[in-house]
Amino acid sequence: MTDETLLEVKDLKTYFFTRRGTVKAVDGVSFQLKKGETLGLVGESGCGKSVTCFSVIRLVDKPAGRTVGGQVIFNGEDLLTKSEKEIQQIRGKHISMILQDPMMSLNPLFTVGNQVAEPVKIHQKLDKRMVWEKVKEMLSLVNIPSPEVRMKEYPHQMSGGMRQRIVGAMALSCQPQLLIADEPTTALDVTIQAQFLRLLKDIQQQSNLSMIVVTHDFGIVARVCDRVAVMYAGKIVETAETRDLFNNPTHPYTIALMNSLPKMGAKVDRLYTIEGQPPELQNLPPGCNFAPRCPEAMEICRQEYPPQSMVTEEHYMNCWLAKGKE
Amino acid sequence: MMSERIDLRRITSVLRTVPIFPTVVLAIFLVCGVFGGFFVPHDPNDMELNNSLMPPFWEEGGSTSYLLGTDQLGRDMLSRVIGGAGISLQVGFVVVFISGTIGSIFALLSGYLGGWVDVIIMRMADTFLALPYMLIAIAMAAILGPSRNNIILILVIMGWAGYARVLRSEVLRIKEVNFIQLAIVAGCSNVRIMLRHIFPNIVNTLTIMATLQFGSVIIAESSLSFLGLGVPPPHPAWGSMLADGRNHMTNAWWMSVWPGVAILLVVLSCNLLGDWLRVRLDPKFRQL
Repeated sequence: MTDETLLEVKDLKTYFFTRRGTVKAVDGVSFQLKKGETLGLVGESGCGKSVTCFSVIRLVDKPAGRTVGGQVIFNGEDLLTKSEKEIQQIRGKHISMILQDPMMSLNPLFTVGNQVAEPVKIHQKLDKRMVWEKVKEMLSLVNIPSPEVRMKEYPHQMSGGMRQRIVGAMALSCQPQLLIADEPTTALDVTIQAQFLRLLKDIQQQSNLSMIVVTHDFGIVARVCDRVAVMYAGKIVETAETRDLFNNPTHPYTIALMNSLPKMGAKVDRLYTIEGQPPELQNLPPGCNFAPRCPEAMEICRQEYPPQSMVTEEHYMNCWLAKGKE
Repeated sequence: MMSERIDLRRITSVLRTVPIFPTVVLAIFLVCGVFGGFFVPHDPNDMELNNSLMPPFWEEGGSTSYLLGTDQLGRDMLSRVIGGAGISLQVGFVVVFISGTIGSIFALLSGYLGGWVDVIIMRMADTFLALPYMLIAIAMAAILGPSRNNIILILVIMGWAGYARVLRSEVLRIKEVNFIQLAIVAGCSNVRIMLRHIFPNIVNTLTIMATLQFGSVIIAESSLSFLGLGVPPPHPAWGSMLADGRNHMTNAWWMSVWPGVAILLVVLSCNLLGDWLRVRLDPKFRQL
């Protein structure tokens, strides 16, 4: 890992304009990602993790969804101001992606090799033989046994874990600098999960790749992430280095999330749950979005959104509690 | 080696389920349509007024040189039915091909790009689906004059909208699947995604629609010819032969029965084949 910043997201706002009102799916998200670093985005369903990722790579569904504000600075250039042509040059070559469901991530009508070759064909001017060499190399990189045979087969002939590795091979085939993994292991069973994460980690170390990993599984966070951002209702409420966050969660939401994890050895009758539901994103109350569910909510929490405050170095959160302690 | 043997077995097992009757019928008509000119017993337009209204050979007064009889101008019915196959199939293929192509292109644009492109194309399709095609056909035949190309033009104009409609919904379904998003992330341009990633996934539906439309195009062509708006005489067309036969229904049944039977067989075969394909290409049955 170096100190060079690869990606800087500043005050990103992505809204969905629906008939029932504006849904502020991502509302002022900022984070930085260094070269070779892995950032985890955690939070419950619908808190804007995936939309944040899609906004970075400009994949938000038009015309309902639009990124209305902020900057996504990748290698010093703002991706949000680029033309469609320019962004196509960046996708697949510098930034790529792995999605949740490996069963749906591959086109059923193409051979696996053909799909891995797709980004290579688009971004690198190689002759046919070289492309196939590259495909073979990528497939063996992701531990597909006998790649020459496998690359002529179709997705339905593979298991889920294999398909996800092939999606990985496709994503990494042009040596991107940034890989966005949107719940990469949710659809895989636990042993395959571990295998796949180890593989990603290995590849990352070899090629100084930066990753954004979206997940709701703290186990994955602990295993692969250097830093974590906890999201709630379209906003990042706490960011810290992984170890720091686990040892010293500060935001009431983070604490609540950690408490709801089952712990090994500790015998409890009932798991802790956070009361209530996440707020509806089209009519957010003023103040802190978590206030209605927060055990420590104060008067000010319902009136004004808390500013960012530093807990320790590299550990920030948005909560009035921190202000109180200062 | 192993996989090749399995593939071969799969192919033969698929072939075994092909319905024999429609395939054979269509094959015969296809051969007649393409090579008919080489083996017709008589020139289909050759008039021999001495031999007019001859019945088929098994009836009294029939002759083995006119197997299916002759019409009011003494033209050989068998040769005319064979000649008509050429025209009907030609119109069928060309119309299905062109309207399928136009329909697919519009469906891809409309479904994938969405927004105002979608609105414009779909309202256009609605408009075309609402047009009464007989009236349009009569109007166009009046303006352009009846000819084979005009028939094709009319039927294409009336036919593309159905494809655009159905295929658009297919495109909408497929573009939401993850692999399309990954293709976008891989850096594919819109054109590449539409042609390379979405189109192969709608070919199934397109094939089924084309087979079924083939039958209805032949009916439409016959109807237009029947009304005298189709291929102008003396070219043999099944529809105009039926029209000629109408005047002799009481004394020469063969004049209207043979072209009628030909239309029936071709259309029925197309529909049977279409049904078989529909079941065959349905993903639920694909594993079988």
